[in-house]
Amino acid sequence: MQAFEYSKPTTTKEALGMLGAQWGETDILAGGTDLLSLMKDYVHTPKRVVSLSGIKELKLIKSAADGLHIGAMVTIEELLENAQVRKEYASLVQAARGISSPQIRAMGTVGGDLCQRPRCWYFRKGFGLLPRDSRGRDLVPNGENRYHAILGNSGPAKFVSASSLAPALVALGAKVTIASASGNRTVDVEKFFMAPTDASTREVDLKPNEILTGIVVPVAGGAKQATYEVRQKEALDWPLATASVALKMSGSTVQSAKVVLGHVAPTPWNSAEAAQALAGKAINESTAKVAADAALARATPLSQNAYKVQLAKVAVKRALLAAAGKA
Amino acid sequence: MSKIDSDSHGKNKQPGKKGFSRRSFLGGLGIGGGAVATLPTGLLVESQAAAAPAMGPGPIPVALRINGKVHNLNIEPRVTLLDALRNHLDMTGAKKVCDRATCGACTVIVAGRPVYSCSMLAVEAQGKDIQTIEGLAPSGKLHPVSAAFVENDAQQCGFCTPGFVMAVKAFVDRHPNPTMDQVKKGLGGNLCRCGTYIGVRQAALDAARQMKGGKNA
Ligand SMILES: Cc1cc2nc3c(=O)[nH]c(=O)nc-3n(C[C@H](O)[C@H](O)[C@H](O)COP(=O)(O)OP(=O)(O)OC[C@H]3O[C@@H](n4cnc5c(N)ncnc54)[C@H](O)[C@@H]3O)c2cc1C
Ligand code: FES
Ligand code: FES
Repeated sequence: MQAFEYSKPTTTKEALGMLGAQWGETDILAGGTDLLSLMKDYVHTPKRVVSLSGIKELKLIKSAADGLHIGAMVTIEELLENAQVRKEYASLVQAARGISSPQIRAMGTVGGDLCQRPRCWYFRKGFGLLPRDSRGRDLVPNGENRYHAILGNSGPAKFVSASSLAPALVALGAKVTIASASGNRTVDVEKFFMAPTDASTREVDLKPNEILTGIVVPVAGGAKQATYEVRQKEALDWPLATASVALKMSGSTVQSAKVVLGHVAPTPWNSAEAAQALAGKAINESTAKVAADAALARATPLSQNAYKVQLAKVAVKRALLAAAGKA
Repeated sequence: MSKIDSDSHGKNKQPGKKGFSRRSFLGGLGIGGGAVATLPTGLLVESQAAAAPAMGPGPIPVALRINGKVHNLNIEPRVTLLDALRNHLDMTGAKKVCDRATCGACTVIVAGRPVYSCSMLAVEAQGKDIQTIEGLAPSGKLHPVSAAFVENDAQQCGFCTPGFVMAVKAFVDRHPNPTMDQVKKGLGGNLCRCGTYIGVRQAALDAARQMKGGKNA
């Protein structure tokens, strides 16, 4: 790990003043479960690390008219221990439980989970997010790609979004709050994730001198929700495919649905096709299967990851059945 | 610079990438005058750390409260809690295996929670209670968790054991009445190459029973 300057401000404002305007100069430290590994591998070589652990305002969970405000430095374990989260947001709880190492949940934060860098092995080995060989050819389609994207992979970005919380938050219609020296802004979690198109952009809508201060999860209002994950290993690994769903029902039929897939695209994948397939329908084995097929109809698997198409379909179907209480 | 590099494996050292001149960095960052100040040496408690905007990259004073005793170190900010324990304090119970938050061999308890000490900076553990395997048997008598490991043959080569014992302790401290299913999930953060999981899980169940018995007796 390269040596760095360390600072531990006590307010967000003070922290903003410590951040550089270019990526690479400074890094924000939350729980460290991702950043320290990135630094040990020289993927990140910040000259200064700004710790958020001294900022009390980022550790709060508060209820307000527009929903539940969850501070960026709330740990995943603290999220799971919160009574209101457990009561209102079953799909978020299921996603958070899936992050299945108690140590990661004790250290890792909500903000860090959303901002964790992709697990793409080319990226982690120093070839960048849009990895190319010396002649400019895309490494992913020609190389080892069994864990890469099967949706939204026609551009240069072929990694998968790593956050388990993100698909659940998108399904719940949550927003992130972002602070910068020039003020605060709020962005839908869905829009916060972006597939980078060139080497200068990142996978999230964040500038190097901005801080994600928290998330706002709107009142669930009785929407039926569930998250279903397909995993190769039960612990110490990321899912292969997940689906988070939120269903507004009118009687026994779906009024409107959100079906968001995770770990299959460079961003959480909100499937309009699946939502459309479900509108006005009751949830049962066959409608859930139709929605799952619709969600994956546009899948474009790479040479080694066609298997993920079926896993993602299973995730969608089982999440829908679970949300409807039919699992 | 401290004598012992935080990256003691050294396998990731990249020539030319290490180090930078402090002056060129401060210039390059373009932070206005006064924003960056170095800490006068010798003072470091939580509140003062906040008053000092930037510390390091050279050694800085770090005070760690480990098993009830405060240890004063002078280490670079990049030193992890695991390296501080092993390389600076001769507490070699916590093991370095993956050094990437993926195996659990380095597990210690910080503020009542199990953490991977390889992935926490030592400076971030200041002001918090740190429990390590070295503190489990202060009077020479085995802690019920350690005793349950012995009883259940819960180790073979033993390399994962100190981390596993601390993970089990953190778990039973919070789950006095665990089910086997809770034990399996609750210990999911530790790997054992020798495959002692069955013994470890039974040890966790036994230790929980034992400790509850102790408290209620
Ligand atoms: C073995 C293993 C298995 C895992 N499995 C899963 C899984 O199944 N699902 C899952 O979702 N995650 C998984 N994770 C990832 C884990 O959840 C993240 O590492 C963790 O949530 C990151 O949080 P942190 O607080 O430790 O972030 P850090 O490591 O401190 O930071 C991560 C990144 O986010 C940036 N950052 C952090 N907070 C902010 C902020 N408030 N504003 C701006 N930038 C910020 C940092 O600069 C850094 O680039 C796993 C990790 C490991 C090691
Ligand atoms: S050495 Fe820390 S988790 Fe493996
Ligand atoms: S006993 Fe050998 S690794 Fe666990």
